[in-house]
Amino acid sequence: MEKQKNISRRNFIKLSGMTGAVLTLGYYMPALGKESELMKMETAESLGIELNAWISIDASGKVTIVNHRAEMGQGSFQSVPQIIAEELEVDINQVNIVFGKGNQKLYGSQVTGGSSTVRGSYKKLLRLSASAREMLIESAAKKWGVSSTECFAENGTVIHKSTGKKFGYGELVQDASKLEPPKTVVLKNPKDYKVLRKPLPRQDTPLKTNGKAIFGLDKKLPGMLYAIVERSPRFESKVKSFDDSQALKVPGVKYVLKVNRDVFDNMREGVAVVAETTWAAMQGRKVLKVEWDDTAFPHHSSEQLYNTMREKVKGEMISFKTQGNVTGAFAKAEKKLEAMYETPYESHSCMEPLNCVAHVTADSCEIWGPIQGPDWIQSNLSKHLNMPMEKVSVNMTFLGGGFGRKAFTDYPYEAAMISKEVKAPVQVIWTREDDMTAGPFRPGMVYQCKGSVADGRMTSFETKMAGQNMGTQNPGSDKSVYNDNATEGFLEPYFNTIPHYSFGDVPLESPVPVMWWRSVYSSTNAFAFESFIDELSQQAGKDPLDFRRQHLNNPRYQELINKLEEVSGWKTRGKNSGYGVAITECFSSIVGEVVKVSKKADGKIKIDKVWAVMDCGWYVNPDIIRAQVEGSIIMALGAATKHATNFADGKAVEKNFDTYKMPRINDTPEIEVHVMDNEEKAGGVGEPGLPPFTPALTNAIFDLTGNRIRKLPFNLDTV
Amino acid sequence: MATYKLKINGKSYTVDADPKTPLLWAIRDSIGLTGTKYGCGIAQCGACTVHLNGTPVRSCSLPVSTVENKEITTIEGISEDNSHPVQQAWIAEQVPQCGYCQSGQIMAATALLKRNANPTDKDIDIAMQGHICRCGTYPRIRKAIKTASQLMSQKASTK
Repeated sequence: MEKQKNISRRNFIKLSGMTGAVLTLGYYMPALGKESELMKMETAESLGIELNAWISIDASGKVTIVNHRAEMGQGSFQSVPQIIAEELEVDINQVNIVFGKGNQKLYGSQVTGGSSTVRGSYKKLLRLSASAREMLIESAAKKWGVSSTECFAENGTVIHKSTGKKFGYGELVQDASKLEPPKTVVLKNPKDYKVLRKPLPRQDTPLKTNGKAIFGLDKKLPGMLYAIVERSPRFESKVKSFDDSQALKVPGVKYVLKVNRDVFDNMREGVAVVAETTWAAMQGRKVLKVEWDDTAFPHHSSEQLYNTMREKVKGEMISFKTQGNVTGAFAKAEKKLEAMYETPYESHSCMEPLNCVAHVTADSCEIWGPIQGPDWIQSNLSKHLNMPMEKVSVNMTFLGGGFGRKAFTDYPYEAAMISKEVKAPVQVIWTREDDMTAGPFRPGMVYQCKGSVADGRMTSFETKMAGQNMGTQNPGSDKSVYNDNATEGFLEPYFNTIPHYSFGDVPLESPVPVMWWRSVYSSTNAFAFESFIDELSQQAGKDPLDFRRQHLNNPRYQELINKLEEVSGWKTRGKNSGYGVAITECFSSIVGEVVKVSKKADGKIKIDKVWAVMDCGWYVNPDIIRAQVEGSIIMALGAATKHATNFADGKAVEKNFDTYKMPRINDTPEIEVHVMDNEEKAGGVGEPGLPPFTPALTNAIFDLTGNRIRKLPFNLDTV
Repeated sequence: MATYKLKINGKSYTVDADPKTPLLWAIRDSIGLTGTKYGCGIAQCGACTVHLNGTPVRSCSLPVSTVENKEITTIEGISEDNSHPVQQAWIAEQVPQCGYCQSGQIMAATALLKRNANPTDKDIDIAMQGHICRCGTYPRIRKAIKTASQLMSQKASTK
């Protein structure tokens, strides 16, 4: 496996070490909205067009696929080859995967977000591999002078059924490359899968157990300098002046210069110290003196922000989705309830702090880094460096975590601007403190819910969300628009079974930058929705799981609930434990979780076990799904019970892991994950396991203690 | 600036550095062994863990001037070919997700198993709680340490 190579289409064949004749198939994307077309590389080149998502088979039978998505722990390095190996009928170890570069023209969107790597491409990848297989079968049949229906493919060879004669794929590529791809192919019935649905080990694992995997921070170039940037301690400030005399005296420090950071097109100023080593740059920064002018910007504190949200959430909202008449139904109802829920700002805190290597010359720019959105960076830098897109090349290394933060373009922008000034390759390193205090953060939210029940069913449901809108931070964006993520995480069938509902948001303005955090709005919405539904089930006098079951009258949801009930032993749960349930939908996957809690001898709450049932439809690898759900639950546990980012005087308070307390191995409960088997459209895997955990936990604590938690984070030891 | 002689994974290196330079940056920037990771710089996360005379230490908080003539082991010294039972167990249990913290986790686990061949859940909690994994691979780390313990005892009994 040659994982660390970054390639362009022209160098692809040479660099991937392929020998002799090659069969290459890919997709041509004519224009947005039009059906993409499967074709051979030769055809594309004769027409002067570029293919994307291609696979190649060389004369040795080796298969190469370009992975145009980031590998940040979610397993795209395993999922993509597993899909290819199935329909192509090759051993997965024959599939060589290489990182694609950022290239918007070639790949369309490459942003690894919205849990979209598999669900966005699996149908194409299946068809691509099946087409190549059919072409190989056809060329073998021609060589033998038999019908292709008499032949089949297995383990990288084509076999003639009656005689047992064989050709390896490598022997067939030259002839196959002269054929046209079939117009239609029959894909396998999932029952016949040999590679898909199997818990095969990830191919990137061995690189991550011996230190060989190259993350952004590990990238080194000859003559590379290291930069550390002193950014404004408050979210917005201008550099009034700086004194670099002491910094330049530190051995190894070469340059001190002003640099901008591009935060949603708002330029924020900083001063960079560039040195021969990371440590020298850090020392130079310590003695750098910067005078800031931050008088033009509000210096918000958490208290101010939350007081404003609590006030706003009582007022008018910008309506997103309504049905019936919530106000009327609520006024008339006998059994009704109102509740306010609060969730904190959070830092992504990937274990690999932000960093980026840039090498800008007079007419080119090359970037290496832990990057979720290479195509965004390519177009951002093309614009700001005033260079054509093809002169900006963006290489993805392994990412030491991403969670949404590494889809942002600020850190490569900064690196490129420094490299341009000092005329050398530069690696910008963010210290943990820089990474944790600069944002963007998950936005803090306040939710006001009201609802009513009658005859055991919900009759009205309203949620107002107050908080910063992640989509309106660029200058000139329309702040009057509704936030269409106000229902993110809410289950579709509720819209059919609740007669009166209303959802909307009350936007908050603040210079605090905000951004997607694993599972995005669902990570906070779900706490309000699923806590409130639990509270309504109490009002209705119903078992919380049965209450959900009777509203989610759709077979897919019913099956998930039955499974969750069965695996968690919900019906036979004892009196000495608390059980809580929550079910949410996120990026087209439905996840239900049950949490069991009990009291320790000292009276403190202990999480005994978590059961999760994931329905992500068509899927690739059950072990990767289990790993992603386990990780999502632990990340949610942190945001529920351990950490939050607070602000005081316009600055983030928590700067490192001594105050931003992460969940650790001793905080981790037993987790059991089940994956539903069905043929629904593939849904996301990396994020949907996160949203239901927190409400399932607080619902369990209510079940045990009668104490309803409506504000996060809370301390399990003092509940 | 001064010159220091470091002994890393059995090899000798000479490093020119400011005496306060943390061992982490000497290993990464000067020597070029990048398996040891920077995570927090204040000995809170464990990503930078190396062995000093067999004991796990946080290289981000250890000045290079204090480690001359001591045996330093990094992830690269555990084995390059993943042949160490802890690495084998990490692969068998499919522990890593993003993988960034795993060098440090493996350094801690190898040190634990050296002094305690059969750790209980409690022992594992105590030995590993200095290590943060944002991907949440903790349940698998727990399993892998037990698997490694078995692999090591099998190896010992076949000797």
